[in-house]
Amino acid sequence: MQIESLYQEIILDHYRNPHHKGLREPFDAEARHVNPTCGDEVTLRVALKDAGGEPVVSDVSYDALGCSISQASASVMTDLLIGKPVSEAMRTFQQFLELMQSRGAAEPDEDVLGDAAAFTGVSKYPARIKCALLSWMAWKDATGQALEATAGRPS
Amino acid sequence: MTATQDGVPGGAVRDGAPGRPAPLDADAIRADFPILSRSVRGGRPLVYLDSGATSQKPRQVLDAEREFYTRHNSAAHRGAHLLGEEATDAYEHARARVAAFIGADPGEVVFTKNATEAINLVAYAMSNAASCRPDATAGAAAGTDWPAAAERLRVGPGDEVLVTELEHHANLVPWQQLCDRTGATLRWFGVTPEGRVDLSRAGELIGGRTRLVAVTGQSNVTGVVPPVAEIARLAHAAGAVVLCDGAQLVPHRPVDVTSLGADFLAFSGHKMLGPYGIGVLWGRRELLEAMPPFLAGGSMIEVVRMEGSTFLPPPQRFEPGVPPAAQAAGLAAACDYLSALGMDAVAAHEKELTRRAIDALGGIGGVRILGPLTTDDRGGAVSFDVAGVHPHDVSQVLDELGIEVRADHHCAWPLHRALGVQASTRATFYVYNTPGEADALADAVRYAQRFFGAG
Repeated sequence: MQIESLYQEIILDHYRNPHHKGLREPFDAEARHVNPTCGDEVTLRVALKDAGGEPVVSDVSYDALGCSISQASASVMTDLLIGKPVSEAMRTFQQFLELMQSRGAAEPDEDVLGDAAAFTGVSKYPARIKCALLSWMAWKDATGQALEATAGRPS
Repeated sequence: MTATQDGVPGGAVRDGAPGRPAPLDADAIRADFPILSRSVRGGRPLVYLDSGATSQKPRQVLDAEREFYTRHNSAAHRGAHLLGEEATDAYEHARARVAAFIGADPGEVVFTKNATEAINLVAYAMSNAASCRPDATAGAAAGTDWPAAAERLRVGPGDEVLVTELEHHANLVPWQQLCDRTGATLRWFGVTPEGRVDLSRAGELIGGRTRLVAVTGQSNVTGVVPPVAEIARLAHAAGAVVLCDGAQLVPHRPVDVTSLGADFLAFSGHKMLGPYGIGVLWGRRELLEAMPPFLAGGSMIEVVRMEGSTFLPPPQRFEPGVPPAAQAAGLAAACDYLSALGMDAVAAHEKELTRRAIDALGGIGGVRILGPLTTDDRGGAVSFDVAGVHPHDVSQVLDELGIEVRADHHCAWPLHRALGVQASTRATFYVYNTPGEADALADAVRYAQRFFGAG
């Protein structure tokens, strides 16, 4: 069945055993995003640290209610982004966003996207793209706030 | 115009025993719905269980719209040419047939865009009544006793608008907004654990401050049919006006406004086999006559001067712009179609499917049905929670099997919160659904449980 292209084993694994779940201290910014059609929600915190003058994602923690796609996507995202410089994390975000908007036509770059490449099948189901993007959008929002909050902070 | 006999479902009506409606022949009915013969997701037959969101349309309705556009299309209620006459006749004839369907006088039937707009029309007319000068509005133009009738519609600080926790957002948010605009207070009936309106506090909630009670005729989540007539009796005794959201009621049960109890009834065409873009507000004449306009423009005016305007009597007062005559013709054809089936038979058919779905789903471990487990005062919306599987995931697996259901909060977020779930999966039944489809739903839910390891 085609549905197996949507629910890849990697996605179901992350759904059953999500990584980095739970809200943690310290953090520089927090964002809460809701999918208004289904009520799925994520509260996500971002902590940044300065590494030689460049901001790096030191932690992403979250609490989320939602479907397997939204839960697994949050888990995969934290694996990918924690420890990355913000500039590189933003590029990963951009690649994932483009993959989700591709309606199944894009070839994922697995070197960049890792487990997130498993979400390629989601992009063929327009109603589920929002689910996959929910935590990513919250991360982008929180990171933008965190950059503002930490700008000029003594390192 | 499509002749009435053309609107009769082909071979779908049977004679029943005296006193009991003839059972519907769903197979014959299905032949009237072209979309039901298409396949989905890899060639599977379509099992459409989302009529609560929007119903499918029989060819009789499609033909009625096409007939209007191909033979009579022009702007109704303006122009003296032949096509203009025919378009006006089509529109007003449609109004009469829709009115007859709910036992109403055609002069009390206002065509709107949908039920949502119909409810907003009342809410905005009420705040307009609260804020505009008595001599500048409806009553003066219509020559009615403005102060007495319109006084019933005026709300302000100290007044209360009463709703229920069951409501669709369309019958909740407009009242929240009305209260925000006028300073009135919103209050609400809670729900019982099985999703019925909790009337135990009625004596406390309905009182001299209550100006309007807005209640659903049938819940789009739990299928619950609240006792609208009883609520209306209490409300009227306190001097309040009653609006019934009939979006899920009028398509599924016989409705007669002379016994409903409510003063306003709102419903949508597209949920009752009709087209999109047309709905109805029925209102008692004296109230409609006292109401200031909601949307203003052409068609609804009596005399326009640069200094100000006066307005036509209802229903035209509330129908600005070129009327949706093709959609009205389609809705009238839908009413004819349902009348030919018989609304008692429609209700009985859905009751049987609901019974079957409740039994089949209720027998599955880990499945919780939201709402009553009986079919007493309950319509054909069966919402459920599958332990360990999110509604999106349930519906995605069902969709893969060709079964189309809804999965979210169904525009009734407070009700889901009250029932302790974030969202739910919902199957809704209509005239073209079969017992086999209710069984297929239950089989598919079991499959979804196995797929996600939750069975």
